[in-house]
Amino acid sequence: MEFAELIKTPRVDGVVLHRPFMPTVEGTLCLTGHHLILSSRQDNTEELWLLHANIDSIEKRFVGSLGTIIVKCKDLRVIQLDIPGMEECLNIASSIEALSTLDSVSLMYPFFYRPLFEVIEDGWQLFVPEEAFKDLESMTDEWRLSEVNKDFSVCPSYPSLLTVPKDIDDESLCKAASFRHGGRFPVLSYYHKKNGMVMMRAAQPLTGTNGRRCKEDEKLINATLCAGKRGYIIDTRTIAVAQQAKARGGGFEQEANYPQWRRIHKAIERSNVLQEGLIKLVEACNDQSHSMDRWLSKLEASNWQSNVKEILTTACLAAQCIDREGASVLVHGTEGTDSTLQVTSLAQIILDPACRTIRGFEALIEREWLQAGHPFQQRCAQSAYSNGKPRSEAPVFLLFLDCVWQILRQFPCSFQFNENFLIMLFEHAYASQFGTFLGNSVAERLKLLLSQKTVSLWSWVNRPQELERFLNPLYEPNNLVIWPSVAPQSLLLWEGVFLRWNRSTKCLDEAYQEMVHIIEYNKELQNKVNSLRRQLAQLETEDGPLQTP
Amino acid sequence: MEHIRMPKVENVWLVDRSSSRRTQVGTLYLTATHTIFVGKGSEDRNELWVLHSLVCNVVKHKASQSGYPLLIHCKNFQVIQFIFPQESDCHDVYISLSRLSRPEKYEELYCFSFNPNVGKAEREHSWDFLDLKAEYSQMGLPNKLWHVSPINREYRVCDTYPADLFVPKSVTLPVIVGSSKFRSRGRFPTLSYYCKENHATICRSSQPLSGFSARCLEDEQMLQAIMKSNPESRFMYVVDTRPKLNAMANRAAGKGYENEDNYCNIKFQFIGIENIHVMRNSQQKLIEVSALRSPSMGEFLTGLENSDWLRHIKSIMEAGLFISKAVAEEGVSVLVHCSDGWDRTAQVCSVASVLLDPYYRTLKGLMVLFEKDWVSFGHRFSHRCGHLIGEAKEVSPVIDQFLECIWQLMEQFPCAFEYNEKFLISIHNHIYSCHYGNFICNSQKERKDLILCIIKEKTHSIWPHLWENKLDFMNPLFKPDQSQNQGLLRPSTAPYCFKYWRRLYNRFDRELHPRQSELDSLMTVKEETQQLEEELALYEQKMAVLDKEHAKTLYMQKGVLDSKQALWSLPLDTSLANTPQDYISGFIGGAPNVFTLQQGERESSGVADFSSHSSGEESLPSEESVKDPDSDETAM
Repeated sequence: MEFAELIKTPRVDGVVLHRPFMPTVEGTLCLTGHHLILSSRQDNTEELWLLHANIDSIEKRFVGSLGTIIVKCKDLRVIQLDIPGMEECLNIASSIEALSTLDSVSLMYPFFYRPLFEVIEDGWQLFVPEEAFKDLESMTDEWRLSEVNKDFSVCPSYPSLLTVPKDIDDESLCKAASFRHGGRFPVLSYYHKKNGMVMMRAAQPLTGTNGRRCKEDEKLINATLCAGKRGYIIDTRTIAVAQQAKARGGGFEQEANYPQWRRIHKAIERSNVLQEGLIKLVEACNDQSHSMDRWLSKLEASNWQSNVKEILTTACLAAQCIDREGASVLVHGTEGTDSTLQVTSLAQIILDPACRTIRGFEALIEREWLQAGHPFQQRCAQSAYSNGKPRSEAPVFLLFLDCVWQILRQFPCSFQFNENFLIMLFEHAYASQFGTFLGNSVAERLKLLLSQKTVSLWSWVNRPQELERFLNPLYEPNNLVIWPSVAPQSLLLWEGVFLRWNRSTKCLDEAYQEMVHIIEYNKELQNKVNSLRRQLAQLETEDGPLQTP
Repeated sequence: MEHIRMPKVENVWLVDRSSSRRTQVGTLYLTATHTIFVGKGSEDRNELWVLHSLVCNVVKHKASQSGYPLLIHCKNFQVIQFIFPQESDCHDVYISLSRLSRPEKYEELYCFSFNPNVGKAEREHSWDFLDLKAEYSQMGLPNKLWHVSPINREYRVCDTYPADLFVPKSVTLPVIVGSSKFRSRGRFPTLSYYCKENHATICRSSQPLSGFSARCLEDEQMLQAIMKSNPESRFMYVVDTRPKLNAMANRAAGKGYENEDNYCNIKFQFIGIENIHVMRNSQQKLIEVSALRSPSMGEFLTGLENSDWLRHIKSIMEAGLFISKAVAEEGVSVLVHCSDGWDRTAQVCSVASVLLDPYYRTLKGLMVLFEKDWVSFGHRFSHRCGHLIGEAKEVSPVIDQFLECIWQLMEQFPCAFEYNEKFLISIHNHIYSCHYGNFICNSQKERKDLILCIIKEKTHSIWPHLWENKLDFMNPLFKPDQSQNQGLLRPSTAPYCFKYWRRLYNRFDRELHPRQSELDSLMTVKEETQQLEEELALYEQKMAVLDKEHAKTLYMQKGVLDSKQALWSLPLDTSLANTPQDYISGFIGGAPNVFTLQQGERESSGVADFSSHSSGEESLPSEESVKDPDSDETAM
């Protein structure tokens, strides 16, 4: 197989592995087509299995004939390998570099991975649009499932089935698509059962400098308004950025053409800016020698927390318009594949208790991210240690997860899943044995035959033995809309991701275990008390007649 | 009462600073001890009580459309804004409050008028709740090397020290007297903490009067004796907690620091903790940042950085860590001082004690630490907390910083503390409130001299009060047997391990805190578990009885908890959870004219909305929601 050419030295003995807050391990380093493995061949020490795809960048250093490779991973971990022998070290380094930057998707590990578990519930079949539409149908008959994008020709980044207003025919949809960036015409994102208001998403309208308009587009979104009601258009860009977009053929909805809509501009950064922020933030977190001033100023300069605040605020605004103002909302930015999805998915977490369950959250990611055409493969190609100029990498999904974590911190009893679940999703979005996050759109995934050739992440996660780790012991379902605070005083740095490898987590892990224990012990006692109570009641009724004669 | 110009003002607005929608109208009363606001409206009787002694300052703002605003900043970081319809009322209240919040005599403080329904015996008993003598003996003192010296019984050697002081047995009275004359304000080296396991000690003093070249044989003998009282060690550390520059500047005034050449076997170390003035300004900036209304993330972080507050907390923590490591890991004794030895020295000694000894991580232990290192050793509470009108320059948040160090440690070691955050905040509140007599005056002597009889006769001690309410202050995650509670705590002092203490600085900004509290949830579960344990024991007993006398009728005791309903996890404050903030400044709330048609509708829908979840009764949201028949099914 072709990987063999890339591996000049498959095996080196006497390699020493250094990991932060863990004892060093000496052992044999092996390179396979997809993994870097270090094993001490002793029973009690853990082996290191690292996916090449998880490697973001490497650095090599030499002291005499002892080479050192610093491996920086996409999950933000940094490890060090001391490799005796200069040639071996160089060979290993060049192999890792080549293997971690394979161009062809079909050479990625998910295509080679064979699960060691039995797939009981195939994750590829779990969240199909038809099912979601059935739920919608039970609440309203205002919508239909259109097959206009059956062959992905109307919009290459959309799925083949789309939920649109019942009164709008496919022909109008095509016209509206030609008026929207990338063909992403307005589609239904969320239906708020409580008051029948909806959230739609799209890409920017192609008004250009001469103010083009499209009657079908106007009709399409107006069809979602009740008579006499107004709606909100939330443009995730500032008015200035939206204005500039006109010069490149883009733009925003003109009041004159959309009189029933009120437009609000927010300021969510574009994806390339976000990537710079991630790099700066991780750099700040990794430097332990910083003084307090330097740390705080670097944290501020990274703008990461500002981005979190802005995204959350926009999502809250969308949710507020729907739940409090009783108005429908259309969300878009430029392409409608990044900030738009952050806002629509977070708004659903705020509004819809179902999204706070594990299944519901998986469905949300499937619906609002994977099927909605967030380009995972491009965005997650590199993480915080990328050296080159970013092409289309951006931590859009990580920011979304960070925002979810912020809400989880503020409502620790309202989510069925815990922080580990979010961290797991972050890891798998960047490097995984599963095919779920490969490709950039439904069309690409179909072409890659992912559902036949790879295993879905959900097939694995949803097994009871895995799920256990991700359950929030404090969870108790509630039907409320949960309004988070977006004040800077309330938003925290997501330590679980950004400081994960920079401090010992022993005490925090123990605390979590203790929390689990407290709740499990309580449940155990509940059961004991209930069963004893039953036994006693039984004895009482049995004993009753005995005493009468 | 002569200071109250206006005992009652009607139609005053109390402004909720987070949301203009929650502003309410009511009546303002001024009493000798409190400002009281009673909101109008019968069902929702809202009262706000503010102790005059907690008021930090009162500011009149420029008149606005709605009236004449008065802002009250409190020492517990509460900010209250009233708006008066009449300028004269506003002015009268301003003048009265300004005077009432700045008492001139101790007797004016609230603790002397606070009169709960408690008998004389019980009140006197409350002062015996902590017994420092017993505490020292628990520490292992006196022993064959350390004893209590009677030298300061009359406070003649040092009037800011307590009467009973531990010194090495080998030290003679003339040596103590000599040493005390060579130390600022006579604060000679004396014991603060003794480590039973390895005999190492933490001692404390003030700076030596060394100037550029002065030395004192007795002081040198004193240090030598302290070192020798730790038989295993060959040297001791002398830690000057000041920045080197400050210490050097003191030499010109005839003060300074120990010269290593003059003292046998000492290792001298500076740790740059800034002085009280720097700390006061730093906290002032921090408070301004915390009080910002909807700042941007950049403004907040820059403000936090510019305040330097976390840098100071870090330096205190590092000092404490240095000392505790010397004691626990090297088995070496440490002498700590700053200038006078009652601010930084107190902070650093007590932080080190918390790190070293699990006892100080218990409720009782922390109380003891306050009594010992702070109250008895003459931390100038009245000056630092501004209990009386006086020098503004003497005020400094030294004690706040100690409390915050503990909080930062709790964040790193969630299972290591028996008490929780609420305990720290409660103590903080009462240090400033003057509700209890503990933190009045600046030294033991002052307390005994001036108003000896009065304090113990007329005021109450805080500690039994906190102890009675200890259920509220327990950390449900506390595990005394867990590894993190064995021996020394070794916190990380990387800058990112220090966080902004929102619960203290934004204590009264309800909307900024998590709407569901992990702490409260776990506390409720634990309480429930305890009830279950009792119930279980009862049932097991009954089973045993039944086994013996098989044929007896049995009266079922009704279960404490009939059906499993986790009461804990529902938001304590459902109404808040259900209220969005202003996510776009003024857009929706501020431009109602765009939606004139919907205005009325919106309000009514808001009401209907609340009623479906909490039926307007804020205090009972959980029960309401538990009753909600479809809550479980729909959410799953």
